[in-house]
Amino acid sequence: MTEEPLLKMRGVKLEGRSDEKWNPIINGVDLTLARGEVLGLIGESGAGKSTLGLAAMGYTRDGVRISDGSVEFDGIDLLKASAAVKRELLGKRIAYVAQSAAASFNPAHKLMDQHCEGPVQHGVMGRAESEQDGIELYRKLRLPNPEQIGFRYPHQVSGGQLQRCMTAMAMSCRPDLIIFDEPTTALDVTTQIEVLASIRDIVEQFNTAAIYITHDLAVVAQMADRIKVLLKGDEVETADTRTMLSAPTQEYTKSLWAVRSFERPLKPAVLTSAVPVVSVQNVDASYGIVPVLHDVSFDMYEGRTVAVVGESGSGKSTAARCITGLLPPKMGQILVDGQVMPADYRKRSKDQLRQVQMIYQMADTALNPRMSIGQIIARPVEFYLGLKGAEKRKKVDALLEQIELEPTEYYNRLPSELSGGQKQRIGIARALAAEPKFIICDEVTSALDQLVAEGILRLLARLQDQLSLSYMFITHDLATVKAIADEVVVMKDGRVVEQGPKQEMFQPPHHPYTDLLLSSVPEMDPDWLTNLLEERGVDNIGDAAVGKM
Amino acid sequence: MGSVLKIILQRLALGFLTLLIVSVVIFTAVNLLPGDFAQSILGQGATPEAVASIRADLGLDQPPVTRYFQWLGGALQGDLGTSFAQANFASFTGTDSGATTVAQQIAPRFQNTMFLAMVTAAIAVPFAITLGILAALYRNTVFDRATNIFTLTSISSPEFFLAYILILFLAVLNPIFPSLSNIFEGMPFSERLEKSMLPALTLTLVVTAHMMRMTRAAIINLLASPYIEMARLKGLSPMRVIVKHALPNALAPIINVIALNLAYLITGVVVVEVVFVYPGIGQLFVDSVKIRDIPIVQACCLIFATAFILLNLTADIMSILSNPRLRHPK
Repeated sequence: MTEEPLLKMRGVKLEGRSDEKWNPIINGVDLTLARGEVLGLIGESGAGKSTLGLAAMGYTRDGVRISDGSVEFDGIDLLKASAAVKRELLGKRIAYVAQSAAASFNPAHKLMDQHCEGPVQHGVMGRAESEQDGIELYRKLRLPNPEQIGFRYPHQVSGGQLQRCMTAMAMSCRPDLIIFDEPTTALDVTTQIEVLASIRDIVEQFNTAAIYITHDLAVVAQMADRIKVLLKGDEVETADTRTMLSAPTQEYTKSLWAVRSFERPLKPAVLTSAVPVVSVQNVDASYGIVPVLHDVSFDMYEGRTVAVVGESGSGKSTAARCITGLLPPKMGQILVDGQVMPADYRKRSKDQLRQVQMIYQMADTALNPRMSIGQIIARPVEFYLGLKGAEKRKKVDALLEQIELEPTEYYNRLPSELSGGQKQRIGIARALAAEPKFIICDEVTSALDQLVAEGILRLLARLQDQLSLSYMFITHDLATVKAIADEVVVMKDGRVVEQGPKQEMFQPPHHPYTDLLLSSVPEMDPDWLTNLLEERGVDNIGDAAVGKM
Repeated sequence: MGSVLKIILQRLALGFLTLLIVSVVIFTAVNLLPGDFAQSILGQGATPEAVASIRADLGLDQPPVTRYFQWLGGALQGDLGTSFAQANFASFTGTDSGATTVAQQIAPRFQNTMFLAMVTAAIAVPFAITLGILAALYRNTVFDRATNIFTLTSISSPEFFLAYILILFLAVLNPIFPSLSNIFEGMPFSERLEKSMLPALTLTLVVTAHMMRMTRAAIINLLASPYIEMARLKGLSPMRVIVKHALPNALAPIINVIALNLAYLITGVVVVEVVFVYPGIGQLFVDSVKIRDIPIVQACCLIFATAFILLNLTADIMSILSNPRLRHPK
């Protein structure tokens, strides 16, 4: 290949400002991108992927600076170019697709107005021409009702559709390079497929080069020609996608690939005579007048994990709120150990409250930032068990040991001094402090990186074995389900569509929705998406997911 | 649109309720004022009989609750009563020319005040918003700091001081505008405008700071949003990013501050009126308090309260309408 590369980044160093000083984010990374090539950029959160992606556009966020290196786009040095020269390139020749389309579209303007803004301002096309082109792009991206959708406001369009509108907007000036910054992370698996397929198609069609940033290996395997792995601001390795997947050379890369191997052994079937720890019976619930749950029933047994899966809005978390009594059901009842629980948590006794505990998705917001770790865990110890003084301290220390954190080191720390995984461990200790039988884990690993998430899953599994706990594990991630569930409940639109032991659920035949959900989970195989689309028939991806729209 | 209409009707009902409560407060407060009209009009020669007769004439001997409901009932029908001063004057001269009603007395003054407020608003609102946008665009530059210092200085100075400074520079040293704003009915618009210019400029200096600083703050607040970053990454000019992408989303707080300042222009401009001898409602109000002309005082208070409530209501409604989620439900 003698052709000059489209993008050439050499020894790029980025620094972020915090605590009154500049700290390194990226320590000298090289990146070369040929015309029409798609490079996958992967790494854990905090690896500096997004910052590097933006630096490829010569752009830094407030509080970030490029301290060294060069960024050359088609022979133009972006770091030395004037603001006006960069503005001429941005949007026109280099475009950006952000993680959250809902936040990145201006809520005050219609989609088409925002779509046409780039071409009109850059003088690429007139308004009318750009509008026609927009409709054409919407059609290519298989958006429903392409003639009309552009004339709606962002809040009137669903997340998956918005993400495709944003891809269309990035394409509006037919740029040479698009930076995709985690474009499908916020989407459900079934929606993700459509967006991935659309993006891949259109990038191929216009021969656009792209940098595809994500933390999801399976996703990047579908999208990229080449993969670059980042770890804490350093490049780990770069290789052709197939080579990288089949023969990673670095330990870190291998460990990323290995995460998905964690799986608990199967447990024997539940005795028919056993009384479920928690039983949800024919529950209907609504928020105000909007019905959310319809006739939901499932049982959870001692020492077992029930994974409740479904897309956002399927009623998973609402079911948990009914069990805790935060949202009293309209109909039906909740039984704990065969006893009917009062619907409203205010009417439950302290002992009834103690039996059901919760661990939350965002450990950041679930821990009081002003309280020390010791205080956070001691509160339920005192409230539920009535322990005081030295006894209380002993119990808290024991709990900290259970979650594998050294008591003397962590007792007086504040949540802000802990990492994401450690905070989630504190959340677990707080739930354990009440000595419950049953814990609801609401997407507890979805905000964590894969390696950290695996640690949490292993900890939860060990605690379950030691204490015979039963878990209700709410998740949208089927890999997690595979790893730890004993039974699976699939929910959709507030109804249970299928339930049963895990080994049955992952074997056909399925309810068609379960099938769609299962087949939509990206796999490491780089041909997975292509094969799947062929299987489903390219033209009806939209149809396959129509059920949820 | 149904939900917007419902919200507006709710706000209107709430506004009316507030006005009712305010009327009780006004009536009570005015009745708590020491001294009464009969005492102050008769002065030192007040005999108990004369006082009693005037009080009976004016209905001041009735119990307060009865008087409140008479007043409220009248006000609801648009009859704000008769000015004590005028009624008294008529009975003294014996030529009962039909006592001037409060409404007749207040109307021209109120029109003058509204005229001044509108002239000021027409200058101040665009001026303040433009300054705010420019300050946000060139934030932390010399221009931004100078604008802040200028507006903060003008809001911190007493109004009469600003007024005299303007008179000095624009009427005495450079006779551009007249220093006295003695406008009267039937005056042609252009002359009226010219005579109102100095008070309007003084008030502009007073109200600009709030509106400008809120515009600046509301815009800067949004500059970290993902959609602003997206606008920048589309290669749009900084001016376009701010005016087209930040401003429409920053309208709600700006509208509220504008409404508060407009309400101030209607209700709080006594000092400026006095300095420029401008015949507005503020002067009438102060004069009436001096002689305990209760019907006028009460009517002025009620008008001020209504202006406040209406302007805030308008601001609320406009803030709601500035939100596309409410204008265009799913």
